[in-house]
Amino acid sequence: MISQQHDLREISNSVLEASGAEHTEVIVTDRDTALTRFANSEIHQNVSERDIGVRIRVVNDHRVGVASTNQVGDGALRDALDRALDSARTQPPRPDLPPLAPPAEVAPVPIDAATAHATPEDRAELVGAVCALADRSGVNAFGAVSTGVVTYCVANSNGLFSSSPRAVAHLRMVAMSGDGSGYADRTSQRIADLDAGAAGAEAIDKCLGTREAQAIEPGVYPVVLEEYAVADLIEYLSYIGFSGLAAEEGRTFMRLGEKVTGDAISIWDDGRDPDGLPMPLDWEGVPRKRVDLITKGVATGLVHDMSSAARAGVESTGHGLPAPNPIGAMALNLFMAGGEVKSKAELCEGIKRGVWVTRFWYVNIVHPKQSQLTGMSRDGTFLVENGKVTRPIKNMRFTQSVMEAFATATGLSRATKLQAGDDYDFTPAYRVPAMRLERFNFTSVTR
Amino acid sequence: MKELAHRALDTARVGGAQYADARVQQTRHQEISVKRAQLDGLIQDFSEGIGVRVLVDGAWGFACTSTLSADDVDQAVGSALGIARASARVHRRPVDLGPPVTSRGSYKGRVAVDPFSVSIGDKVALLIEAEQLLRSEPQVRVAEASSECTHWSKLFVSTEGAEIEQEAFETGAGIECSAVDDDEVQKRSYPNSFGREVGQGGWELVEAMELVGHAPGIAEQAAALLQAEHCPSGRKTLILDASQLALQVHESCGHPTELDRVFGTEAAYAGTSFMTPELLGNLRYGTDKVTIVADATVPGGLGTFGYDDEGVEAQRANLVENGIFVGYLTSRETATQLGLGRSIGAMRADGWQRIPLIRMTNVNILPGDSSLEEMIAETKDGILMQTNKSWSIDDRRLNFQFGTEMAWEIRNGKRGQLYRNPSYAGITPDFWNSCDAVAGPSEWRMFGLINCGKGQPGQIMRVGHGASPARFQDVAVGIA
Repeated sequence: MISQQHDLREISNSVLEASGAEHTEVIVTDRDTALTRFANSEIHQNVSERDIGVRIRVVNDHRVGVASTNQVGDGALRDALDRALDSARTQPPRPDLPPLAPPAEVAPVPIDAATAHATPEDRAELVGAVCALADRSGVNAFGAVSTGVVTYCVANSNGLFSSSPRAVAHLRMVAMSGDGSGYADRTSQRIADLDAGAAGAEAIDKCLGTREAQAIEPGVYPVVLEEYAVADLIEYLSYIGFSGLAAEEGRTFMRLGEKVTGDAISIWDDGRDPDGLPMPLDWEGVPRKRVDLITKGVATGLVHDMSSAARAGVESTGHGLPAPNPIGAMALNLFMAGGEVKSKAELCEGIKRGVWVTRFWYVNIVHPKQSQLTGMSRDGTFLVENGKVTRPIKNMRFTQSVMEAFATATGLSRATKLQAGDDYDFTPAYRVPAMRLERFNFTSVTR
Repeated sequence: MKELAHRALDTARVGGAQYADARVQQTRHQEISVKRAQLDGLIQDFSEGIGVRVLVDGAWGFACTSTLSADDVDQAVGSALGIARASARVHRRPVDLGPPVTSRGSYKGRVAVDPFSVSIGDKVALLIEAEQLLRSEPQVRVAEASSECTHWSKLFVSTEGAEIEQEAFETGAGIECSAVDDDEVQKRSYPNSFGREVGQGGWELVEAMELVGHAPGIAEQAAALLQAEHCPSGRKTLILDASQLALQVHESCGHPTELDRVFGTEAAYAGTSFMTPELLGNLRYGTDKVTIVADATVPGGLGTFGYDDEGVEAQRANLVENGIFVGYLTSRETATQLGLGRSIGAMRADGWQRIPLIRMTNVNILPGDSSLEEMIAETKDGILMQTNKSWSIDDRRLNFQFGTEMAWEIRNGKRGQLYRNPSYAGITPDFWNSCDAVAGPSEWRMFGLINCGKGQPGQIMRVGHGASPARFQDVAVGIA
């Protein structure tokens, strides 16, 4: 097994020992993941992936070089180290290069073996369960079940060695029938927590309720956003505005110490909270700290890596991506405080005419400094009339400043739900409530 | 490698596979970015491995390994067979790949200057020179210059007898800057947004960009945008530059003609398509000015190859012909399902560790007979929009909204004032049915799009788009 810690330590030590550079850092990422995809109530793609990445950063005389490889034989590691050293040699010096992280104690996250080593049969069983439910309801099921473990390890010539695994199980489902569609997903550190029956029933119920949707006029409406939709917005807020680099470059809506949205809104990042998908260290080996980003509507913090922290004269908050990178730090473990509302149905109370949004799709940035985003509703958009969901409506496009919309929040659900973002190199996690906002701008309707 | 790949096929056959293919891929990739007159980002990746796709009991399984030893390949094949058998437990319709594909051949992309032969020091020096010029305008707060190069090679073999070797270089660069004041941030990019423009070829592509020469003008435009009027709202004649039209083609024609979306296999993630089979040959997608092809044979595109990742030979196929929807991007399985006879060869994986999916190759709108200057001269009240900044489209690819970095008023046949924060929106077939002019071959060029996301696990594909400027009537502008 490559992912046992002593093996990752052996790989990183072999690079550190072979490197003659003034400073050397090694990041090892071991990925053992699998995903079973289904459509039209049958499995159509079923894959597993096993890969290891070794990224080496060296610094000599303020010159930095980087190289990576997915081969861990002595020759391949030596070749990667040589490429890193060669590239450093040809750089102009970078006087403000931040130091590598100091040694730190990071307790690895305990992982669920059943999730880390789930079998194709385990995933097929979950898929079979939601497809059987769909069959019984006369709808089709589409989606994916993924399981696996990714182990991150960072070591450097300051004597740092930190490592932690992260196991995630994820079920995502769309039920479809005619022009109706409904969405549900479940994310957990434990595959046993994925309640296929509940997720399937939620998606199917929504699908059956969205058939024969009618268009309504675009405009400004009160909205109830389910947790899926809230997470879609938070993901983009993080991308455009929560980093020290974004503030340094003047392109964020975050103005520290100022009121940027409503009193009801508190957002923080905490990579060690077990209610999220913990990853206790960043890619520079710095332990992740909790950062209160927005507290009761006031911008109170930003996330930093070693580089932006040095320029800002603060300590890294443990949100670095593999350095050097032009993106800066990233908040990947976000939480939003819930409120006092007991149910999502209760969020509708008092709304004369409004819109219920299950999830958004293809959200993108219109104006980062104004936190203005655009995107479409999808898989469960309903009209709310006189405090009740009354009928399905066609999907609508919003173009809206999120901070302005959040400033009109009049209700947040007490319960929060864990959502996982799309998994490309790493899986961001968001634990958020459902929300009621009094003003949300829909600019057009689709067919 | 061939020996290992064939071993994988043999092991799969013995294990009960009706069909198997193996793809050994090696990728070397370098990215450099410069900010504040110094190196800001550096990536030098090397990745290799083998992916094995098997059909057992009519169902798919896929597994892979980065360790290219006989034992590990055997283990990966065993895993793929086990996964396929698990797939068969929740499966209704056995996969039918149609006629066998027995291609044997090779492909080598054209290259003049091996981009890896240019030293990192020389690349950084070029980028620093361009980046410093971007910061010549005082309002420019952020400037960045970047380059990248990739070399990929792959071997594909299948139990049907296909055996193909391919390799190519992809190279690109770009500059971008943001002018910032208390309320605004205005970005300009060259030669394209998304950080840089990339094509299949070598360092000659970067030399032709003349980054240093263009930097001062780009910085001036970013600064000027801070003072520009906000884009007005209303319905107007809209002229798009070629790069924005390329993205419009990508989102509103490329994605909805992916046949896997039509059959629902992307429904839970990327979505479906309004371009359903009963509309094939019947839907007036656009005016007769609009002809869009999927062309994996055009030189220099990021979707140019000899064979796709199912071994199907590269082709040029019409998607929209004189405004009529006539074709799909296909795989072997989906082409057979629709009764098309054979695939147009659009199955691509973004690495050895991923299965191929239906992806765009080079989806190009063919040049027309107009020109940008002619279109402007003929327009009484319109807007010219340049260089994409924001993009969004619904899950059936109908309702879209795009923002661009800058726009110009067109009044009585002449360019007027500069506008900031321009945007436009529409419904796909309505929009293309308002196209009344497409510029000719002299303004037509290939663009590379390096961030096309699709699939689960997510795959980032690099695709090409050929386009020239075009004009549309009665479009909603100034939404944002």
